[in-house]
Amino acid sequence: MNNPDTTLHPHIPAPHMLDMDSKTASPYRVIRPEDTESLRTKRSANAGQLDPMITASGLVKSYRKHKTVVPVLKGVDFVAPKGRVTAIIGQSGSGKSTLLHLLGTLDQPDGGEIAFDGQRIDCLTARDRDAFRNQQLGMIFQFYHLLPELTLLENVLAPAMISHGLFSYLRNRRMVVQRAKELIDMVGLSHRMKHRPRELSGGEMQRTAIARALIANPSLLLADEPTGNLDHESGQIILRILRQLNQDHGLTIVMVTHDESIAQQCDSVVRLKDGKVERLPPTPLRTTSDAIRGG
Amino acid sequence: MYKFLLCMRYLKTRWIALASIVSVTLGVATLIVVNSVMDGFTTTMQDRMHGILSDIVLETRSQTGITQPQGYEERIRARLGDRVAGVTTVVTLPAMMTFQRNGNSHTQQINLIGIDQNTFASVSDFSKYLLHPENKKQLDFLLKNNGYAVERERMQPSGWEYRAPMARYQKVVQQRLRNAQELEQERFEQLQQKIQEETQASDGAQADPVAALMAGPGIQIANNAQQISQFDSEKEQRTGIVLGINLGSIRGREPDGTVQDFFFLRPGDDVQVTFPNAGTPPRGIDEQFTIVDFYESKMSEYDSTFAFVPLEKLQHSRGMIDPQTGAGAVTSIQIKLKPGNDLNAARDALRDEFPPTHDFVEVRTWRETQGPLLAAVQLETTILNILLFMIIAVAGFGILATFFMIVVEKTRDIGILKALGATGMGIATIFLGYGVLLGTVGSGVGVVCGLLFVWKINDIARVIEWITGREVFDPTVYYFDTIPTIIHPYMLVWVSLGAILIAVLASVLPSIRAARMHPVEALRYE
Ligand SMILES: Nc1ncnc2c1ncn2[C@@H]1O[C@H](COP(=O)(O)OP(=O)(O)O)[C@@H](O)[C@H]1O
Ligand SMILES: [Mg+2]
Repeated sequence: MNNPDTTLHPHIPAPHMLDMDSKTASPYRVIRPEDTESLRTKRSANAGQLDPMITASGLVKSYRKHKTVVPVLKGVDFVAPKGRVTAIIGQSGSGKSTLLHLLGTLDQPDGGEIAFDGQRIDCLTARDRDAFRNQQLGMIFQFYHLLPELTLLENVLAPAMISHGLFSYLRNRRMVVQRAKELIDMVGLSHRMKHRPRELSGGEMQRTAIARALIANPSLLLADEPTGNLDHESGQIILRILRQLNQDHGLTIVMVTHDESIAQQCDSVVRLKDGKVERLPPTPLRTTSDAIRGG
Repeated sequence: MYKFLLCMRYLKTRWIALASIVSVTLGVATLIVVNSVMDGFTTTMQDRMHGILSDIVLETRSQTGITQPQGYEERIRARLGDRVAGVTTVVTLPAMMTFQRNGNSHTQQINLIGIDQNTFASVSDFSKYLLHPENKKQLDFLLKNNGYAVERERMQPSGWEYRAPMARYQKVVQQRLRNAQELEQERFEQLQQKIQEETQASDGAQADPVAALMAGPGIQIANNAQQISQFDSEKEQRTGIVLGINLGSIRGREPDGTVQDFFFLRPGDDVQVTFPNAGTPPRGIDEQFTIVDFYESKMSEYDSTFAFVPLEKLQHSRGMIDPQTGAGAVTSIQIKLKPGNDLNAARDALRDEFPPTHDFVEVRTWRETQGPLLAAVQLETTILNILLFMIIAVAGFGILATFFMIVVEKTRDIGILKALGATGMGIATIFLGYGVLLGTVGSGVGVVCGLLFVWKINDIARVIEWITGREVFDPTVYYFDTIPTIIHPYMLVWVSLGAILIAVLASVLPSIRAARMHPVEALRYE
């Protein structure tokens, strides 16, 4: 799956260097001939004409406990365009996480379709879904969800260990570890490589989770309230990293949040209410660079 | 890859899980100790039995026995060819042994065995178990001067060194007894005369019943004394007999606690043996024998019943010799095969040669003659093994419970792994591997502990004795000086594999549960 196009540049700029790109890019950029670098091209196009990374149509999901049925999603249509940051907002209990889990194939919908890059993923076999999550998706969560027995480096390596068998892992070890170290360096934790999660702060754990989500070089990152458990400062660092990933490497991000101000910084916002999508009054499409200037 | 890493990490951070397999360890260690000791006992016992018994026995129960043993021997040799290492003929019969000690008569039941001293040692380790070094080389049923088991203080002196002074002492005693009797007789006669005179004086002649009664024993003793004097036991011996050592001794303790055999009979003593003759109906025959050696196989059953005498003597006394041909009949023929030959095949060949319906001869291997005993030991071992494996199975349930706890504790990790793309199989493998690892560690430690225990078992027995003040392994009971142990490598292998298997089986259910866990629910789990 290591498509050279989507491979992260080995020298990923540190978060404080983010503004570099924004100086050259204008808010409503049209396609420029020199803009051939992968997904970057599509970013400048209009939202409606952008290729969708992941789409969901008519998603229905309800939880059953004995005979009581709790309907959570009642026909949700959702599109996340390639190379954009899409926010899902809604009240607590409105089904944001449920939707994200469905998009991430962690759960299966009762009805409706989900397509990833034009391909149905809701009817894959369990094994294919596992592989899909491992190779195409990065996921981060509100509670970080690191493995407590493993060190920071091992946590970041976990998806690679899962995809490789023992021998193929050992064969590719140098390469994979090299990449993990670069990612850890990018999130600014190279000095904590050998630490266990319980020795890290919340922000550091979330940064580790981001590095872990990126190890397989996915094209889509699903984030479930990544700053929900963090103080403002740490949250900002996380958001900056996400923005940088989106900007520099064209990573498509779907981010659940209940923080309006964060949602406003995203390219598009989907609001969930009563199990349905409530379209926001159309706002001018802003690029992340604007958001950064604003925030 | 993550499976191995996580397995190791779970083991490393949860050594407490090892507590759940301590029972496996203990079970394995106990199994090894029990099996080694049982095997040790069985093997030592079998070795001893086999040393005592020949490989194959042809036996008849008829009163007259096998009348033409020579012909039988030829047929056996013809049939078995060069498989035969030795053949001997034997007369076995139940008998009774009587001896005098401290003025009391003691009687014991024995197995009287008439052996051909030239060939008997070729079918068994018989001579190895005799005490006198010369008899070990070749038994001749003659009393030796001395040198019987010199290391046994309680048996010294024995042989002629013991018999001659005893005989002299007896003579003196007899002489004194005779003198006393003569004196008594004299006084008695005087008294009788006096009474007679008195009764004649009072109311005429009438025999006194008391006087008649008292006259009896006196005459009898005199007759006995006469008989003894014809045989000079200071210089002569009667026909030799080799007694099982427990027929002449009791195992007990010295005041200081050391185990000792106390001998009430010694080489040089005479014993009387009563046995049936070959006539119909059988009549009892009395014979005097002189103990020429003891037989110590350390199998108490044999040591307390066997008595060996020369074959011809027994045949002669019982009337088993054919007056026309001069051939002596025997009750059994014992055969020793060369090492490496199949006993059962040889037995079958002989059964074919001597059909039981025709000759009334029974052909059995030594194992079959000891069947019930060996079967009992085997049964005991089997039952112990089953019981101990039950213990390990119980331990398996402990592992099951512990593993379920660990799976529940790791619910969120399982959710995370699944979110990262781990398959159900992969997750199951972690916990199965964990089970294998724990089982391996547990049984490995168990094997090491078991082996150490077996290796130091006699020291451990001593320590336990010292702590409890009670003998764990009483040599007066077991006839072994130390606890015999044998470790079969295949036993180690199946015990440890069995323990690992149980640990794995116990981890199967928790693993399946972990694999089936729903990722979302696992992630939401607090
Ligand atoms: N396993 C479950 N059984 C029953 N109801 C559930 C279950 N999981 C979630 N729900 C319900 O689904 C609704 C949506 O949950 P969730 O997607 O977590 O909301 P959000 O992430 O927007 O706060 C909630 O009302 C919750 O109670
Ligand atoms: Mg939620």
